[in-house]
Amino acid sequence: MESIGVLMMCPMSSYLENELQKRFNLVRFWNFPETHRNSIRAVVGNASTGADAELIDDLPKLEIISSFSVGIDKIDLGKCKEKGIRVTNTPDVLTEDVADLAIGLILALLRRLCECDSYVRSGKWKYGGFQLTTKFSGKSVGILGLGRIGTAIAKRADAFSCPVSYHSRRAKPDLGYKYYPTVLELAENSDIFVVACPLTDQTRGIVNRQVMDALGAKGVDEQELVKALTEGRLGGAALDVFEQEPHVPEELFQLENVVLLPHVGSSTVETENAMADLVVSNLEAHFAGKSLLTPVV
Amino acid sequence: MSESPIVLVQRPPTFDFMDELLGRNFPILTTHHTSSVPLLNSLSRHASSIRAVVNMGMLKIDADLLSHLPSLQLLVCTSVGTDHIDLSECKRRGISVANAGEAFSEDVADCAVGLLISLLRQIPAADRYVRSGKWAKSGEFQLGIKLSGKRVGILGLGTIGSLIAKRLDPFGCIISYNSTSQKQSIPYLYYPDVLSLAANNDVIVLCCALNDQTRHIVNREVMESLGKNGFIINVGRGGLIDEEELVKCLVDGVIGGAGLDVFEKEPRIPTELFGLDNVVLSPHAAMATPESLDNIAQLALANLKAFFSNQPLISPVRLD
Repeated sequence: MESIGVLMMCPMSSYLENELQKRFNLVRFWNFPETHRNSIRAVVGNASTGADAELIDDLPKLEIISSFSVGIDKIDLGKCKEKGIRVTNTPDVLTEDVADLAIGLILALLRRLCECDSYVRSGKWKYGGFQLTTKFSGKSVGILGLGRIGTAIAKRADAFSCPVSYHSRRAKPDLGYKYYPTVLELAENSDIFVVACPLTDQTRGIVNRQVMDALGAKGVDEQELVKALTEGRLGGAALDVFEQEPHVPEELFQLENVVLLPHVGSSTVETENAMADLVVSNLEAHFAGKSLLTPVV
Repeated sequence: MSESPIVLVQRPPTFDFMDELLGRNFPILTTHHTSSVPLLNSLSRHASSIRAVVNMGMLKIDADLLSHLPSLQLLVCTSVGTDHIDLSECKRRGISVANAGEAFSEDVADCAVGLLISLLRQIPAADRYVRSGKWAKSGEFQLGIKLSGKRVGILGLGTIGSLIAKRLDPFGCIISYNSTSQKQSIPYLYYPDVLSLAANNDVIVLCCALNDQTRHIVNREVMESLGKNGFIINVGRGGLIDEEELVKCLVDGVIGGAGLDVFEKEPRIPTELFGLDNVVLSPHAAMATPESLDNIAQLALANLKAFFSNQPLISPVRLD
């Protein structure tokens, strides 16, 4: 299999790089952007760097795109379908990490854990106690998107005695949570609003000004979000993802009522290895003529 | 009021949120003094009429102070911990003691879980990374550690410990505990001592009382047993851990890291901790929400009312 050219779009995991290098002719896009297009039969992308129509057209021998992520909004799926290119992602293996982090973000935001940490490190505690923060247990949690990750978040929030409600493309009555037919109604009835849906043409900008106003001072159209936060119309936000990663609107850096993380939802040693194994397994299956493990297209 | 004050409310000046509520129900005197001599001086002739003390500032209640409050019958603490109270002297003098009961158990449990996730997933450090602009310049942040599925040992399975266990359950954490009592009804695995608890867990969470048996219960040996991939969360009392050894174990990588809300000599903290990446620090703020403060005010009032109408205390502390 060493002659199979696999194009890796950006550094994402040294473990994955090594595993790919062992099995294929690994080409690193960031070092050799003008590589032999004809030798590339597979692309490995991630949440922030995928494969747009231009790249796909540039790789005439491309057969499969295996994404090191569950989100595939950076891949032109329409183009892939048109050309018969397979696409795989890494669902399930990262569900728990993302859900854990969502709860961690809520707690860090409401209980101001990052500020507490800096408060102590700065030595300020000697001069007085920290301010009161906001209780999490018992607050209503509204989840946008009750897929695998949304459901895992709901299960965790439940243990904090939080009444959980959601909006999703379809109601899921078996799960026992309250369903709202629109995003706006969900926002109006939630203290904490968790965005856990995929980014698609239908969901782009779904969390707009109206939704944020409904949430109140107590995915998002990022410009509106920044305005809502800086103008005090929204109580706070904890964000692991941004429209133009790794660029984050700098107006957010000075705010106390935000927690900002560099897309680390699945960034644990355990999960990255599991994701990498899944990427490699999908590629191996494809080139051996076997069924893909986690196909999207 | 012309009546002699019978309730003394001791609290830091910025924590006067209970004054009005209690003052409406009883003739009270307030003080911010944290040691006996200035406190008694400020009380002067009223010292002999004080029948109850509401202790919010963690005033040390020792035999000497008690000897100057001859009419004292009830001590209401706004903490769960009573390690700052000479309980045997209270018993000897027939003084009843009430504590915070479950007034802020949920908030402390939430904080413990928050500290744990923040520690393993490096939330404060990652937040600093983004705010400093490093994400755009230097690329990906370092990997954290998965929480789901980890083995978590709880030292002290009281109300707070049980609430922590309940919260970690859907994270797939495997819960075990060591406590003064092992109950058949508890669904978690019991370990007979803190050493075996540490040896068999990835995380230990301290939420037990501080007393003579538990002082420095987490010592060097326990930390070595926990190991370099092990983590400590402390929302109990700083004195539960040998802090000097803790700092060495953190600096030398003997343990993986710690999330700490309490310290032995707070607010003075070992400065070696300030530069460490593998700690999350909190200024004894686990119960600092408006809900908890409201709960504790209502509970203090309820205990006072019960006592002065010869009813049983709501949250009594056993004095033996």
